Amino acid sequence: MPELPPKLWRGVVAAGAILLTISSCNPRGRGTGEAGTPAALTIKGSDTMVHLVSAWAEAFMQEHPRTEISVTGGGSGTGFAALLNGTTDICAASREMMPSETQLARGKGLAPVRSLVARDGIALIVHPSNVVDQLSIEQLRKIYTGAYDNWNQVGGADRPMVVYSRDSSSGTFVYFQEHVLRKRDYRADARMLPATSAIVQSVAEDEGAIGYVGLGYVVESAGGVKVLGIRSAADQPAIKPTVASVESGEYSIARPLQLYTADEPHGLVATFIEFCRGQEGQEIVHASGFVAVK
Amino acid sequence: MSRFKASEAGIRWPLLAATSVSILIVALIFIFLGKEALPFVRHPGLSELWGDRWVPLSFQKEYFGLGPLIVGSLLVTCTSLAIAVPSGLCTAIYLAELARPWERRVMLPLFDVLATIPTVVLGFFGLVVLSPWMKQFFGLVSGMSALSASLLLALMAVPTVVSVSEDAIRSVPGTLQMASLAVGASRLQTLWRVTVPAAAPGITAAVVLAMGRVIGETMTVIMVTGNAPVVTVNPLESVRTMTATIALEMGEVPLGSDHYRALFCIGVVLLGITFGLNLMAQRAWKRQRRHS
Repeated sequence: MPELPPKLWRGVVAAGAILLTISSCNPRGRGTGEAGTPAALTIKGSDTMVHLVSAWAEAFMQEHPRTEISVTGGGSGTGFAALLNGTTDICAASREMMPSETQLARGKGLAPVRSLVARDGIALIVHPSNVVDQLSIEQLRKIYTGAYDNWNQVGGADRPMVVYSRDSSSGTFVYFQEHVLRKRDYRADARMLPATSAIVQSVAEDEGAIGYVGLGYVVESAGGVKVLGIRSAADQPAIKPTVASVESGEYSIARPLQLYTADEPHGLVATFIEFCRGQEGQEIVHASGFVAVK
Repeated sequence: MSRFKASEAGIRWPLLAATSVSILIVALIFIFLGKEALPFVRHPGLSELWGDRWVPLSFQKEYFGLGPLIVGSLLVTCTSLAIAVPSGLCTAIYLAELARPWERRVMLPLFDVLATIPTVVLGFFGLVVLSPWMKQFFGLVSGMSALSASLLLALMAVPTVVSVSEDAIRSVPGTLQMASLAVGASRLQTLWRVTVPAAAPGITAAVVLAMGRVIGETMTVIMVTGNAPVVTVNPLESVRTMTATIALEMGEVPLGSDHYRALFCIGVVLLGITFGLNLMAQRAWKRQRRHS
């Protein structure tokens, strides 16, 4: 570095500072001048839906270049809490609002509106070496509530079961508890993992493992784990979860996915929800491994 | 001199303000935690916390027993200290008493680097590498266990144990050792009978500080313990710690519900424990200073 006299240094620094200020101010100033207030939208909620909602947001922003949509996960419950606290415009939810949350909303003078946007099958996955390839809902319930401990109780090898579940902030956790466990409690030694990807990872690793994940994840993680066929009753045939079998209603563990707004949607929020329910939005639903709603 | 007085006041007040703000914030956190947890005493009652079932989300009846969580935290903490303290202490003795100057210069900074590894990185390493390996080694049904977490936490605790106890051992006055050598004790005898006992309060402080660090750790334990709320003292089983419970469940909990209050009760218990540990560490450290 050449030696500069102190005065010159001061000049250089000052000039640099001025340049910085100009360059950082200018584009923003021009942007607001021409476009008016940039339209921003925040969507928060279900981890299951995060891929889907991001895909929608990207397509929507391409059609409406001046909108900015931010999408975050965290779980359906997290999304509802944010919706009621006013920190998000839309809550993506893989379960319906619980009575306690509806009550809380009413207390705040809100009347949340639910818009059905897709359906999702919940797939049961096991280690590829497991000889069991189908279970009835009844057997699943016994596995997840702790009545069964060993795979030989359901026609498999003599090997202890390792039961994986999402943690309680997941919409999948609540749906599974309500519809498969028939509102009974999970077994205490079920391992609760903070993310669906961690469940897939662990089931691929442990020979005695069983876990549940959204259908979209199974489409992505082909191989590594085995997807079980499910019998809705003991005398029914086993059905594998696919987009077609969920759509026809044959596969019995499927749930609605929805977008919630704090009040009747209007403006940009309404446009976005219309987009998701429209033809293009529903094609994205299909491409993401979920099931479209007519 | 007089020229400095004015500028001294100019420095004094901003610094004092900064100090008081942080103390004030600590006090406010205590008050906030207490305020959010207190309604739990009135409604479900404190006896609810005294149980061995943690079932915060149920269609029948919720249980908020802290038993499995406290036992889980203690199991993970004690196991990791059982690994970190002996190895950390040996390292500290070596570095303080036996290492050549250049070894000290190279090795001490390496422990500081170990202390700066982000905990989520350690957790990820645990999930992908350590857990499968542990599963094979012990023939477990799943690698997600208290022991996997303890090993990773031990890595975090070792730098604390090393740096604090090394400092304590080096602060033992040389006159003590010279006296010991002069009456005919060997170097090893001096080390074990004189130097280490004289540094004992400082070493205690190191252990207690490490314990505070480990019991408050969250990210790593969420990723590798499996989070099953069962009461067990077997480190090869899955456990759930207090910190993991708060982090996993705080996001979805309806504001003001019993579950929400229960999570704050866990926070109060946890804060109480770490606060107590810190006080103990400070006392021990003061005793060390008096010694030397």
